[in-house]
Amino acid sequence: MTQAELRLCSLLLQEHFGEIVEKVGNSLLRTGPRPLRLLVGDTGLLPDQVKKALCVLIQHNLARYEVQPRGSVEYEARSERILRILRYPRYIYAAKTLYGDPGELLVEELLLHGHLSMSRAVARVADRLTETMEDGKTVEYSEVSGTFARLADTHFIQRCPTVPESPRSTETPLPPAPALAISEKDMYVVPRPSLIGKGKRRHSCDEEDEGERKAKRQKREEGTSEAPPDDGIYWQVNPERFHQHFRDQALIGAVASRTDQIGGEVVRTMLRMSEVTTASGASHTQPLSSNEIFRSLPAGYNIGKQALDQYLALLADDPLEFVGKSGDSGGGTYTVSILWGKLSVTRRPGASRTSPGPSRCPSLILLFLHRFGSRCARIFRLLLRKKHLEQKQVEDFAMIPAKEAKDMLYRMLSENLVSLQEIPKTPDHAPSRTFYLYTVNVMAAARMLLHRCYKSVANLMERRQHETRENKRLLEKSQRVEAILASMQATGAEAAQLHEVEEMITGPERQQLETLKRNVNKIDASENQVDETIFVLESFIESTMKRP
Amino acid sequence: MAGRGRGRGRGQMTFNVEAVGIGKGDALPPPTLQPSPLFPALERRAAPLPGGEEGEYMLALKQELRRAMRGLPYFVKPGAPRRDIERYSDKYQLSSPVDSAIDWNPDWRRLPRELKIRVRRQRKNRTAPLVPKQHVALDKEETIKKLESLEKKEEEVTSEEEEEKEEEEEGKEEEEEEYDEEEHEEETDYVLSYFDNGESFGLDSDDNGDEAVY
Repeated sequence: MTQAELRLCSLLLQEHFGEIVEKVGNSLLRTGPRPLRLLVGDTGLLPDQVKKALCVLIQHNLARYEVQPRGSVEYEARSERILRILRYPRYIYAAKTLYGDPGELLVEELLLHGHLSMSRAVARVADRLTETMEDGKTVEYSEVSGTFARLADTHFIQRCPTVPESPRSTETPLPPAPALAISEKDMYVVPRPSLIGKGKRRHSCDEEDEGERKAKRQKREEGTSEAPPDDGIYWQVNPERFHQHFRDQALIGAVASRTDQIGGEVVRTMLRMSEVTTASGASHTQPLSSNEIFRSLPAGYNIGKQALDQYLALLADDPLEFVGKSGDSGGGTYTVSILWGKLSVTRRPGASRTSPGPSRCPSLILLFLHRFGSRCARIFRLLLRKKHLEQKQVEDFAMIPAKEAKDMLYRMLSENLVSLQEIPKTPDHAPSRTFYLYTVNVMAAARMLLHRCYKSVANLMERRQHETRENKRLLEKSQRVEAILASMQATGAEAAQLHEVEEMITGPERQQLETLKRNVNKIDASENQVDETIFVLESFIESTMKRP
Repeated sequence: MAGRGRGRGRGQMTFNVEAVGIGKGDALPPPTLQPSPLFPALERRAAPLPGGEEGEYMLALKQELRRAMRGLPYFVKPGAPRRDIERYSDKYQLSSPVDSAIDWNPDWRRLPRELKIRVRRQRKNRTAPLVPKQHVALDKEETIKKLESLEKKEEEVTSEEEEEKEEEEEGKEEEEEEYDEEEHEEETDYVLSYFDNGESFGLDSDDNGDEAVY
């Protein structure tokens, strides 16, 4: 865990869960797994506060516990999961594009609460949707549970490990903590409780107020008298699947920019067909025959079988090897190569900093080099291609005057993006008789860049918090004024009075508020942007490490 | 002998600098004598952020998420510090965060036993239809139980039963306490947030002791 990651984790925890959880999380991250007493001593908080914080962390899957052989329970924080908090808006947006509003709200509820049982999640989402719809319409629970089942079928959400159901005899003492476990095949099985009953009951009492009160009372009674039908089965969001989805999107974007939109569609179809059959971490999808692909193409695209074959052949022949041909049965079987490393040489001419869509890892480094200038980027690309080059050769190939080339190389060297490789001619490594070659170590450069990204997100967050703190008084004042305005409008005040209240915020103050809002929005958007970069880098590093 | 040329000639180094590209007589950048500045000058401005519908929607989502998380019970706030003496108005003030109670209901079966603390029952779920009749009947029951328990206390002396009763009483007291508060909450005609316990009342009047009071 680098310092940058630690700092970012603690900032994220503080922003979303408060100071107490931040302190506890910090202690766990810095010193590793520890039992409760040590945590209480370390953080200096009250035991109840520490217990609460641990409950929150475990609820949100940010920490886990383990029963040690001597009977004590040790808690451990999961740093990679804490860093995912940055990506929550992206998950929610992806769910919205795939499954519409119910999907979006379901994923949002699951992310806000960590894990929820299906009945509760469906109930909350249906209520929220009903609130936003026009009067008289209600959203049926069955609709929302249909979306839930679809999310589970495509593995976007998964079941949490459950308490084992061993029959407990009164003699054996209760273990201090339950050992939760779940088998792979159970993870996506959706229970079918009778949720239709609830929907019908709500529907029958249609008058708004009475209906609400009755429903509330029924819910309260239900809560106390009977456990919900899917008691004990909790669901959580599956971040890995979302990452797979983002990777597929990037891949399709890259293909579409090489060929055209139809090529992109073809690859999208192939990926969709192999969504759940591909093991995570595999380098290729399962082979698909072109007949199957033809059958599964979406209805809108009526390209002939021949055209499809042509596209597939084109993609298979492409030097970037997005699609590989793996056989001839059924009209030719094709696989999609989904390894990040393969996608490493895509270039986007004239890429600006803003579009990491189809860019791959070293291309990202290229974007980073735009900070130094496009000539640096040229040198870097050259080194990537040619692996090892001498100083003179760099100048020649890149067609850059010697002085400038030297300057750029040294700057990149000082940033550790390129490194020097010595090749001695003689056993005694005499400097005058040794070759010094410049080379790029992609993994090291990627890691360094990732570290910088973490640092920059942490800096952005701190700056945003600083800005908000500086203008706290003004923000509170404007909130109060808005509240007054809203209540006055509700009671039907005249325009003159409303105007008077608005005047309470003076011109310069208004401008200050505008500037503040603009800055905060800019910083937030930058955080999202950096998070996209972090995603690409992390996936690249992870996939390259997995390959033996 | 090789090292004695220190200071003479410009920066001798252990390897042949020509190989790396620094020719003879080339000007090297001046040596850095201080740490690099905190905000180095930007040579190029960063490219503008991607706008567009997707970016704006995600921005809105992010701010919405942040705001929502602050309101949830998972945002743990430190308990309000105890005041020096108990005041009468404390009963009527809106509840402040308490350290020894947890505001949401986790599934205790999935958590280690040592983490369990008292769950504070959510006040807003107490709905009006607590019929007063029920409440009067329960009141009677409560008093009868209390009388019985007091009798029992006089008669029996064994420690086991005392323990039992203590637990019972605690349980009852909790219920009673919560019950009483509930009852008071429901029955007052006054809006609770307006309750002013009069502490700030007498402070100002010392200044105008000269003037007559009409």
